[in-house]
Amino acid sequence: MRNLAAGVTGNNPGLNIGIFAAFVLITLIVVFRASRNNRTAADYYAAGRAFTGPQNGIAISGDYLSAASFLGIAGAIALNGYDGFLYSIGFLVAWLVALLLVAELLRNTGKYTMGDVLAFRMRQRPVRAAAATSTLVVTFFYLLAQMAGAGGLVALLLGVTNKAGQAAVIAVVGVIMIVYVLIGGMKGTTWVQIIKAALLIVGAFAMTLWVLGRYGFNLSDLLGGAVDAHPKGGSVLNPGLQYGATGTSKLDFLSLGLALVLGTAGLPHVLMRFYTVPTAKEARRSVVWAIGLIGVFYLFTLVLGYGAGAIVGPDAIKNAPGKANSAAPLLAQALGGPVLLGIIAAIAFATILAVVAGLTITASASFAHDIYANVIKKGEASDKNAEVRVARITAVVIGIVAIVGGIVANGQNVAFLVALAFAVAASANLPTILYTLFWKRFNTAGALWSTYGGLAVSIVLIVFSPAVSGKPSTAATPSMITGVDFHWFPLENPGLVSIPVAFILGWLGTILSKDRDQSKFAEMEVRALTGAGAEKAISH
Amino acid sequence: MSTTDHAQAPPPDQADWDEVHGSAEFVELRARLRRFVFPMAALFLVWYLVYVLLADYAHEFMATKLIGNVNVGLVLGLLQFASTFLITWLYVRYAGRKLDPLAERVRESIEGDAK
Repeated sequence: MRNLAAGVTGNNPGLNIGIFAAFVLITLIVVFRASRNNRTAADYYAAGRAFTGPQNGIAISGDYLSAASFLGIAGAIALNGYDGFLYSIGFLVAWLVALLLVAELLRNTGKYTMGDVLAFRMRQRPVRAAAATSTLVVTFFYLLAQMAGAGGLVALLLGVTNKAGQAAVIAVVGVIMIVYVLIGGMKGTTWVQIIKAALLIVGAFAMTLWVLGRYGFNLSDLLGGAVDAHPKGGSVLNPGLQYGATGTSKLDFLSLGLALVLGTAGLPHVLMRFYTVPTAKEARRSVVWAIGLIGVFYLFTLVLGYGAGAIVGPDAIKNAPGKANSAAPLLAQALGGPVLLGIIAAIAFATILAVVAGLTITASASFAHDIYANVIKKGEASDKNAEVRVARITAVVIGIVAIVGGIVANGQNVAFLVALAFAVAASANLPTILYTLFWKRFNTAGALWSTYGGLAVSIVLIVFSPAVSGKPSTAATPSMITGVDFHWFPLENPGLVSIPVAFILGWLGTILSKDRDQSKFAEMEVRALTGAGAEKAISH
Repeated sequence: MSTTDHAQAPPPDQADWDEVHGSAEFVELRARLRRFVFPMAALFLVWYLVYVLLADYAHEFMATKLIGNVNVGLVLGLLQFASTFLITWLYVRYAGRKLDPLAERVRESIEGDAK
């Protein structure tokens, strides 16, 4: 039998690079074409609000289906079976929070950033500073996880195994990303995400059909194949393989589940996408499209995960460079040989590129719009173009930080950073957003308490969790820092504690402060529900 | 235009917002929105938590085989997908029928005034 465990045998790095280069070339042309109208802030941050709901929905799924969900979930299902499937359910159900409670109201109330909504009826400077801080922290964690994943992918797909070579590839990916963001702004970034999402979903669909075809389109037979190939046998179909061992790991799973379902509607790069459409109704259609595409995609990953387990085998996956992340690429190789592997590899890179671009533009918009224009210049910047200039400079700085962070974190176990980003978003952002939109009494003090409180509690708990220290390097998922042990919080995911604490802090901060401005709430509520006075699309 | 402005057209003044906020039509719009989204949000969150708790603490129940290798856990997981799609469809239908026409009427009354 062919030795799939080597991962790189039968792999053709030249072909992989060629397909990826074609993707970069096509998207760059699109970005250049889209960049002709990129002068104003509304163009740069919100693509002139001219995307349709379906376009934005596809772009949202492109933004959301990161390498962690494509490679990570397929790998988790291949290795840990049912427990991997639970991730995808949390990631999907979470969209109902965005659909029912957040998307439309946020679109009607804000302009470019999460800070616009949170500061609407509060004192501008402190609340915007808090919103920007939380945005930058969440985006930074997310960004780092994506860039660090790129290193492992390079090793697997391009056959670059030395650190210097991997660093060079990470830098190239980062530079291309900066070019997208600088030239294309939100419009270019959105098109990159649309193209990438289409490739990803079509590619996953083709592989799903292929896998199912091997098992006569019988799901039960496919599951049987995964059972036969897995050393733990039938338990791969049952919950508990990864999280069922102890009482603590079960609580950890509950904590993760909570963070996943409540985190999505607090992710700044997801929220910012709702400003790229002309009306709240289009924002609703965006979410509907996103739910449809993301849901279907996660059904594909279920088949791909068990398919990788059955066809490639868990041992071969564990021994490949990139470990769990290599499940989907190895499956592609086993099914369609080097060509399919090349396509899937290119899609995986495109995924990292597109997600990182989305994160960068979000962080740069938040810094330029919330911090520079409203906190530093107090909303009185003489020149509107100065804000966009600051955003572009910030994008370059963030791009460089991402490259350096990706190189430094390369090879480290930073997979927990994505779950952490969700936990921080669910703790620091979602309570503040929900209180702002629905609670009349909520005020500046409450917003600061829930944002900074949720941020501080979730980060402190993570720093002192076993994800950072205390687990031996021989564990299945070793701690980030091995050799020392300063953990005292038993769970790897802080959500179970930090989310309720943030809600309580927001309430407490509000009632302890006498500050209230109910007529500003009346204005916000009328705007949010009716769209009166909302930002319109720009026609060029 | 300063960056803290929230509208491109000259916005209606504060008294207008308060008046609309207290109007029967707006009160009805808000009631209709909340009547749907709050119970629905509670419903799907509870159903999701029940599912997570079952997956977390009721391994044997979830492992019960139904058809071939398809067990209760897989069916419940797929039902989470189904319920998500269903709630999305219900909300879109409700919003189209009950929220959008009313919201449009209120918006026109405000923006008509401002011009």
